[in-house]
Amino acid sequence: MITLQHFMLVSALLFCIGLFIIVSKKNAIQILIGIELMLNAAILNLVAFGRYDRINNGGQMFALFAIVLAAATTAVALAIILNVYRRYKTIDADKINQLKD
Amino acid sequence: MSLVQVMFYVMSFVVLGSALMVAISKNLVRSIFMFFITLFGLAGLYVLALADFVAVTQIVIYVGGILVLILFAFMLSGKEALAAVEQQKNRFISLHNLPAFILAALFLVVMVNVIFKADIAGLPWIKAAKDAGNIIPVNESGINNIGINLMTRYLLPFEAISVLLMIALVGAAHLSRKEGNNP
Repeated sequence: MITLQHFMLVSALLFCIGLFIIVSKKNAIQILIGIELMLNAAILNLVAFGRYDRINNGGQMFALFAIVLAAATTAVALAIILNVYRRYKTIDADKINQLKD
Repeated sequence: MSLVQVMFYVMSFVVLGSALMVAISKNLVRSIFMFFITLFGLAGLYVLALADFVAVTQIVIYVGGILVLILFAFMLSGKEALAAVEQQKNRFISLHNLPAFILAALFLVVMVNVIFKADIAGLPWIKAAKDAGNIIPVNESGINNIGINLMTRYLLPFEAISVLLMIALVGAAHLSRKEGNNP
């Protein structure tokens, strides 16, 4: 059987790729994808540890809750991105530098 | 090496490779579809961690919901986004995103160190779970237990998150509404 360390290594690599995407990309949608990758890395850890809790299912439950929270976050973030695009005609995160018109 | 281990290595290779492609790719559409492959591979990893229900939920919500939302947002935000992305010349390690690369690499070093030093298999609660036989067995579906737990032990978080989800969706609909109709 696969040990916990394997899962944690994959998760750490995925988290770092997500971090790289967030810091290096300029497009707001790509930054959002980076955030989703980091969330998924965390969920992978929850699921891997959830194997050792058969009675209460703690890990799997919180993985489910985290997935639902990620869906809510994405919906709100994409609404904000659409609003920003409507106002600035760009979603380049470097060019959005004004709070008011 | 057993079949499960081979599957694990293949799945993690697919996940990490497609995540790297998301990071490298210049084309936004291509990176979104690579993200799609990453999510599918992660669902496979969840199955290998014996969490079938989470894997199915991952496919239904992430692949079916979030990815379609991202594609919609991409298409609604016009062609200029695509042109802007094509313009910026970002190779993987250029001077431009060298700081990001260093940050991610150092973070990885720290996390790998922590993982190897933590002695995860020897944690007290994991040992206790192993002794008590509290491990999900390979040949049993835990979905029954998940349903019962969701309606008893985790009822309050379940309700709270359903209310939160509704608030977030109403808020998203309000935010993305056209302005000027009723000030």
